[in-house]
Amino acid sequence: MMTGGASTSILTIALLIALNLLLLSLLIGLFRAWLGPSVEDRFSAVLLMGTGGVAMLLILAILLQITALYDVALVLALLAVVGTVALTQSESNHD
Amino acid sequence: MIELLWSIFDITLVLLLLALAWTTCSTQDVKRAVTLFIAMGLLLAIVWARLKAPDLALAEAVIGAGISGALLLSAIRDYPSTTMVSHRSRLIEGIINSLTLALVILMSWAVWHGLNMSDGVRLSAQVISQLPVSGVSNPVTAVLLNFRAYDTLLELAVVLTAVLTVLTLNEKRTDYQVSSHLLQGMTRWLVPLLVVTSGYLLWVGAHAPGGAFQAGAMLAAAMILLQLAYPSMRQEFNLYLLRILLVIGIFTFVLVGLWMMSLNDDFLAFTPAWAGTLILIIETAATLSIATALTLAYLGGRPMGWEDTNRTNRSIAENGGAE
Amino acid sequence: MIDTLAILAIFSGLFFFLSGSIGLLRLPDLFTRLHALAKADNVGLALVALGVIILEPAVINDIKIVIIWLLVMAASAISSHLVARHALRENRKDD
Repeated sequence: MMTGGASTSILTIALLIALNLLLLSLLIGLFRAWLGPSVEDRFSAVLLMGTGGVAMLLILAILLQITALYDVALVLALLAVVGTVALTQSESNHD
Repeated sequence: MIELLWSIFDITLVLLLLALAWTTCSTQDVKRAVTLFIAMGLLLAIVWARLKAPDLALAEAVIGAGISGALLLSAIRDYPSTTMVSHRSRLIEGIINSLTLALVILMSWAVWHGLNMSDGVRLSAQVISQLPVSGVSNPVTAVLLNFRAYDTLLELAVVLTAVLTVLTLNEKRTDYQVSSHLLQGMTRWLVPLLVVTSGYLLWVGAHAPGGAFQAGAMLAAAMILLQLAYPSMRQEFNLYLLRILLVIGIFTFVLVGLWMMSLNDDFLAFTPAWAGTLILIIETAATLSIATALTLAYLGGRPMGWEDTNRTNRSIAENGGAE
Repeated sequence: MIDTLAILAIFSGLFFFLSGSIGLLRLPDLFTRLHALAKADNVGLALVALGVIILEPAVINDIKIVIIWLLVMAASAISSHLVARHALRENRKDD
């Protein structure tokens, strides 16, 4: 049973539908990771998953009433950039 | 209706995980494989969150999606070709595949059997009952750093061994792309933010999900970011400090363990009154060690001048004193 | 009612997420795809975060969510810039 903010079942159903739709949008974005001709295309799918993951974690925090998931979302948001920097900055200068 | 929606969510997650794992292993393009692997790490973090395991979600997000992502992405950057060619014969591949499939079936049966066994001892109840004695209020931290502290000590030793291997292999990579002003401007506030968050994760590990590994990995991410954004900054590491930082985790851990052995007759048997403070001290030292190890592993090798310090030490010893 | 407002915000954010991922899949070029990604990152997450802030009772968590939102916006902007710049450099080398 949920207590606090997510106590009404209509809210829970709406949040669950939102969660599923978010997962669907992640799934659609993953096709770009499969197809994308260049590595930058593939990586943009990872970026979408990062932001979508933050959104899913926020909704899960409300649904499951686990406040620690906000910390996980914070960490995901912080580390999203580090991956991009590693991809674009760490190439040795070919001549 | 609610259960149906949860089931749709769970089944889609599982199928997506399996699909990602399958395509990561089976694809020929290494860049596609690495990207899908990082995506799978992110998805795993969400799976842990769904399973109400925020500690695992935190660890997966920081280490699996953050550090491993950075490591793999910079590894494939220098790849001349993007295709992996398998040199194994078809027969060997068939044998490996069927053995792996058998292993998967065996493990699935084991998990199923273990979940349905009703007369097993559930360890979580025991942990919760012993929690007041452990010195912290987060059961995961209590298990990692008090009840099973020896395992964590060995994990730190594994990390140290891994980074020692990396150090023996190679010199540090020194050529990086020119970084943009936007990146440098962002790094100026992002790195302090990462350091503060790392300290927060370390502190909060006593009563909420967090702890040394997550904090150490965040600190390593901060250092990696700093290295990548300011490549022209000559990296003059204080190499003695570097060596101290690498071993301080294990050193503190063993020291505390021996001290407790002298008091309580058992290695790493914490006295309940001091357990909280001791755990914090050990976790702080472990954070520093893990951060240093991961950063060195990312940089790919020995910093400049590592051998020179060895040579200096040896010559000082041979000449019998300071020159 | 408060819950209705939150659900409205979350579903509007979801609309941007879905359109962002469909754009990621269907648009012809890396740069147009990054453009679609930015919509999902900025507006989509902002609306979802707004909905979650409405639903979340504890103020400290609301502050965390605001920080997460600001970080994701900054990370999204930096990531798009870095990836696009990297792709441009790669193309210039092939000339």
